[in-house]
Amino acid sequence: MQRVSGKRILGWGATDFVVLVFALFPVLWIVMLSFKSPGTVTDGSFIPNEWSWENYNSIFAGDSPFLDALRNSFGIAAIATVIAVVLASMAAYAIARLNFPGKAIMLGAALMIAMFPPISIVGPLYNMWRNLGLFDTWPGLIIPYLTFALPLAIYTLTAFFREIPWELEQAAQVDGATPFQAFRKVIVPLAAPGVATTSILVFIFCWNDFVFAVSLTSTSAAQTVPAALSQFTGVSQFTAPYGSIAAAAVIVTIPIIILVLFFQRRIVAGLTAGAVKG
Amino acid sequence: MAEIVLDKVTKRYPDGTEAVKQLDLDIADGEFIILVGPSGCGKSTALRMIAGLEDISEGELRIDGEVVNGRAPKDRDIAMVFQNYALYPHMTVRENMGFALKLAKVDKAEIDRKVQEAAQVLDLQSQLDRKPANLSGGQRQRVAMGRAIVRDPKAFLMDEPLSNLDAKLRVQMRTEVSRIQSRLGATTVYVTHDQTEAMTLGDRVAVMRLGELQQVGTPKELYENPVNLFVAGFIGSPAMNFFSATLEGDRVRLPIGEATLPDELRRALEGRGGGPREVIAGLRPEDFEDAELVDRSRHEGGLEFDAKIDLVESMGSEIYAYFTHGGEGARSEQISELAADVGAGDLSAGEGQQVVARLNADSTVARGSQARLWLDTSKLHLFDPQSGENLTRREAAATAA
Repeated sequence: MQRVSGKRILGWGATDFVVLVFALFPVLWIVMLSFKSPGTVTDGSFIPNEWSWENYNSIFAGDSPFLDALRNSFGIAAIATVIAVVLASMAAYAIARLNFPGKAIMLGAALMIAMFPPISIVGPLYNMWRNLGLFDTWPGLIIPYLTFALPLAIYTLTAFFREIPWELEQAAQVDGATPFQAFRKVIVPLAAPGVATTSILVFIFCWNDFVFAVSLTSTSAAQTVPAALSQFTGVSQFTAPYGSIAAAAVIVTIPIIILVLFFQRRIVAGLTAGAVKG
Repeated sequence: MAEIVLDKVTKRYPDGTEAVKQLDLDIADGEFIILVGPSGCGKSTALRMIAGLEDISEGELRIDGEVVNGRAPKDRDIAMVFQNYALYPHMTVRENMGFALKLAKVDKAEIDRKVQEAAQVLDLQSQLDRKPANLSGGQRQRVAMGRAIVRDPKAFLMDEPLSNLDAKLRVQMRTEVSRIQSRLGATTVYVTHDQTEAMTLGDRVAVMRLGELQQVGTPKELYENPVNLFVAGFIGSPAMNFFSATLEGDRVRLPIGEATLPDELRRALEGRGGGPREVIAGLRPEDFEDAELVDRSRHEGGLEFDAKIDLVESMGSEIYAYFTHGGEGARSEQISELAADVGAGDLSAGEGQQVVARLNADSTVARGSQARLWLDTSKLHLFDPQSGENLTRREAAATAA
């Protein structure tokens, strides 16, 4: 027994290692790249010959568009996430609990929209946004993000709401709660892990978007990091901006890693333990 | 505290099935009433209609004289204990119990006082700051009770509150529930499928079957004078024994022998048409006795017969003797329903029909031996095989007279 399980551990360890290297090698590569000085970016070595903060200094320098882009990215993704999660939690609750005519059609439509290739609506949106004055504004990005984030959020949250025993809500109603109180004081706290997960998914979706960001913005008024990255210039106009791009990429990855690490425990916690007879 | 009246209450689902049919029930103020029946008989639906968790399709529900059909659960002022407790997992025991009061905007000191009080009654003081996940099954059950009693509601509704506990704890909590109820004197409607709970807890018991109320009465009434085969078979443990029998004049022919009907039974049968007829005879296990232990003077009012004992279960204070008779089994829709409910649909005792007799502990019957048994014919119940109706219902005859 002991030897077999030892073998298993070894096997799994090896597999995990391969997957980890496969997934993280590109990340490591870009981190290394970001620490190379502009002159040695293209020298082909994996580990920088001379470690340098120059790329980071350059993207945070006063005239760099990066800081504005970072602000835009945070603001737009956060607002879109809050709106999407609030609306979606109400919609998902209704879908999980009620039987209303057109429920299947609504879910189907939401799914269809989520599957829609964003590139196909970029053109029309570009023209519409120019006419409506939404081009290169925050709402100009928040609205299309919501279109795609809402179905995603509704689907994820519906699954979480379905997990919550209906009796809890009925108990709350018998205890004197209005349906809305039951929702807010019993269902929402229990769905917190689900809400957190959904928020992260939506936030990451908005944070990572490139297609809308690059097409519907043009200046630092609303340009998000992925769009800004694509328009980086080098430290001097004669150097390719690989180093700066790498540094910026590292910076934008950090919030995502923090988010996932921070919420991981809540997601796993499984707050519903003990609700019903265990 | 309140009186609850169900007036021809019906629950019909959109597909036309009726879970509860024309239920009439008057529950007096402070009464402890049990709704009992096999699964799917509509007892839980009836309870949920009282709580306001299910719409009432037809009929009226009155609490304290007011029609409450259209009222939301929160406006009915009733407390409910759910089968799976439905404790709020994100709240401590204290918060769980105080939740209703908090919603009612009772001030904090008062909430604290009431929660403490309830915790004391339920022996939960040391658990108040724990979360439900860290409690044992019995403790969770008590928290669910506590959540109901802190409120001083008009009525308590309990939906199989003990069914998730293990056997020993269930018996313990049963007395607890009984104690709390009599202490609070609150109108209580209690749903269970366990006839023992029904018999031991209730002031009155309402037996339901297929959405219809069969009989309401004190446990004793139901036990001694069941209206039909279903109630007779459902109430009592071990269950009543049924035999197919033939009635001829004042004699009844059972598979184990023939007996003269006592006057009382004969009178009850009068006016139901003479002539031989097929009936189902029912006899409770305790109405059998070891013939040797029966007082000579009582032999007259009974029937003696021989039986080969298959199995003896000694309970110390009494003996359960199982034997079979070669006669045909009593066939009735209601009996097969009962058998299906306990999962004994195809669990026959090999050949013949199994009978349980509860004998005095002094009896010397032994497994595999022939025994001379006696049965008390005055305790016979005779049922119509088609309708299941009890033809010999004493109380009915008495009240009609």
